[in-house]
Amino acid sequence: MQVALFIIFGLLAVAGALNLLYQRHPINSALSLIVVMMSLAVLYFSLGAEFLAAAQVIVYSGAVMVLFVFVIMLLNAGEEVHTRGSKMAYIAGIPGTTAIFCILTFVFLKQRNALGATHLRDSLSGTSSNITEVSHQLFTSLLLPFEVTSILILVAILGAVVLARRES
Amino acid sequence: MVPIAWYLILAAILFSIGVAAFLIKRNVISIFMSIELMLNAVNLTFVAFAHMWHQVSGQIFVFFVMVVAAAEAAVGLAIIIALFRVRQTLNIDQVDLLKD
Repeated sequence: MQVALFIIFGLLAVAGALNLLYQRHPINSALSLIVVMMSLAVLYFSLGAEFLAAAQVIVYSGAVMVLFVFVIMLLNAGEEVHTRGSKMAYIAGIPGTTAIFCILTFVFLKQRNALGATHLRDSLSGTSSNITEVSHQLFTSLLLPFEVTSILILVAILGAVVLARRES
Repeated sequence: MVPIAWYLILAAILFSIGVAAFLIKRNVISIFMSIELMLNAVNLTFVAFAHMWHQVSGQIFVFFVMVVAAAEAAVGLAIIIALFRVRQTLNIDQVDLLKD
């Protein structure tokens, strides 16, 4: 069950990410990024992080991507044109990216026995659910960082309003 | 029973595609979206490790990353709007005032 979920939604995420890379129009890239985020939400759920799966759908696929689509529509962004800079990026970027991927995969496969395997948690319907644990940690030992993030959000809202305001 | 290494390799694939898109894309909004893709890949790593250690702290870290990413998206898109208002373009090759 978990293997099937991983394979289906992992392939969907990779396909969405490749489509983001392939598409020239930003709106198509945005829509394929939503596919990636939704499949990652399913993977979070299969890893026993229900709260994060819900937050991923609501915050990322909901709020952030709607903001992106709004800005793409507002600025009427068209297809991107290839320039000399993008050719240089192809020449330098593809080998560099492949090198990063090869190093990471090599390390993970070398340590795969130490990393172990997943298992479906039996505490899903138990007394201490995932949300209980997360909220207990968040509101007791991590209360100060939690409150600081609210100030961060407030500053970000003010900054966004000031930056996007039309100067008169 | 999925090995944790598979999840990490999936995260590595997504991160590498994000880096490639960051380098190759010329549209500033697409570049911003590839940053979001990289953040998501790192989040998957955090959740996989949280599952591996039976600890909830990794998930809380992902929660904070999501908060910061939302704030970053709001400010970044406001900067893009301000940039478009001044330069009338979204192509980053034409926004090179610092280079001259």
